[in-house]
Amino acid sequence: MRSIFTVTDIRPLASGVFAITFDAPELARAATPGQFVHIKCGHSRPLRRPFGICDVRGDMLTVAFEVRGDGTRWLAVSEPGRRVDINGPLGHGFSNPDGDILLVGGGLGAAPLLFAARRARGRVSAILGFRSDANAILREEFDSVCEDVFVATEDGSSGLRGTVVPPLEELMKTKRFSAVLACGPRPMLRAVADISESAGVKCEISLEERMGCGVGACLVCVCETQSDDVTKMSRVCRDGPVFDSREVVR
Amino acid sequence: MSADTRVVFAGVTFNNPVVAASGTFGFGREYSEYYDLSELGGICTKGLTLAPRLGNPPPRIAETPMGMLNSVGLQNPGVEEFIRYELPFMRRFDTRVIANIAGESAAEYAAMAERLSDAGVDMIEVNVSCPNVKNGGLQFGVSAAAVAEVTREVRRRANVPVMVKLSPNVTDITEMARAAESEGADAVSLINTLLGMRIDIKTRRPVLANNTGGLSGAAVLPVALRMIWQTRQAVRIPILGMGGITTGADAVEALLAGASLVGVGTASFSYPEAALSIRDGIAEYMNQNKIGSVSELTGSVILN
Repeated sequence: MRSIFTVTDIRPLASGVFAITFDAPELARAATPGQFVHIKCGHSRPLRRPFGICDVRGDMLTVAFEVRGDGTRWLAVSEPGRRVDINGPLGHGFSNPDGDILLVGGGLGAAPLLFAARRARGRVSAILGFRSDANAILREEFDSVCEDVFVATEDGSSGLRGTVVPPLEELMKTKRFSAVLACGPRPMLRAVADISESAGVKCEISLEERMGCGVGACLVCVCETQSDDVTKMSRVCRDGPVFDSREVVR
Repeated sequence: MSADTRVVFAGVTFNNPVVAASGTFGFGREYSEYYDLSELGGICTKGLTLAPRLGNPPPRIAETPMGMLNSVGLQNPGVEEFIRYELPFMRRFDTRVIANIAGESAAEYAAMAERLSDAGVDMIEVNVSCPNVKNGGLQFGVSAAAVAEVTREVRRRANVPVMVKLSPNVTDITEMARAAESEGADAVSLINTLLGMRIDIKTRRPVLANNTGGLSGAAVLPVALRMIWQTRQAVRIPILGMGGITTGADAVEALLAGASLVGVGTASFSYPEAALSIRDGIAEYMNQNKIGSVSELTGSVILN
């Protein structure tokens, strides 16, 4: 559905990264983890911008975003009371598996995993990777809903030094998860998928691609997928953004 | 008096003049979640090819000032899958179904046109203007002789009205319109996208994986209006006018320039219900100006 919703809060999470909250009861009710909303960022930009849903509390829906261009700059100067045109919730999200799950997020990719953590049925562990301490986001929120949270930074300024891979390999040896849910840069997703698959654990990855319509009609945001030996160009906005890692051609 | 928005176009009756443009609307399934497709005059399907096509690698889109570039490259399930799975869905609505076809040879276009008209589409739109494929597409649309040949072969085998979709990437679009008309085209649609490019200055690489793509959206409206107007002077067959139509007022401009129907494409990406607000905007203009039928508007621009 598309409607106009009011901004209730906007707060910086890190330099150039914000969390914006809307009073959006219809969206909040319908949203499931891994889905996104498509926001019209002013009149002069014809294409909406997709944002993964970061959190839902009551009637409030939050997305996190990084200022990357004109559209996100427009969104970043929002103040409570601003009315924003949102289409959503859109896309195919995480499957919400039974049992204990492991979340692996890289950078802004941590955001949609918070919503997954909140709705999880079993115990939740999380590994979050950032460039440095200054870029780390949502740590307190993850701490409050997860059993364990491991932070890794590339420069070692917070948590473990390096990528999410060493803690992931370690954790896969010591614990048994029913699924790994991941969101972040493509190289990280490839590594997470490889490690999960070789450990025989189901892995769901959330992909990002430049979008047009956001509803599955225009076929611009595709990724190559394979199932039952059939190769397809699947729509990230409709068939995804969350895919079973075994289906995505890497 | 309330305006009569019906349009008889190439012998086919449309409930209103607004048609979803090919490639922006799939086969209607996704947008049917936003409104009843019977509210549309018609739907031009995603471009169909004989065999399924995977299309070009991503990124396939780049935003531009008041517009966008795309290079989808005719990703589609193929004619047979369309007939089996998509056409029955589209037929559930009281809207005209226009099958857009793209071939690699005149014979291939003709074979598809025959198969699709037998399957029960209302019209064929011959896509000789796709800028994003290596073989076929625009290769035909920039040569009057090729437009004539494809039109002749399709007209010979199709049992429903044939509309030829023209490219703006030519020196003189009226030459292509005349070529189509001379070989029996029942209508023309224009404009397809304008060939364009964007470059990422950080990487020095084009934004689109295909390097170039087709420009659409509000930015192209003035070019579309000029070409609709020129084509209206050049041929007698009716025009489905499109290119950057975003509001009811834009659509009225296209009608005044010479269109009998208007296509809505990129506008749906900004607002899923754009085609309906455009339809309502046309009716409102007609009521305010006491215009009884859409055909009274077509080509009625008063020149300076």
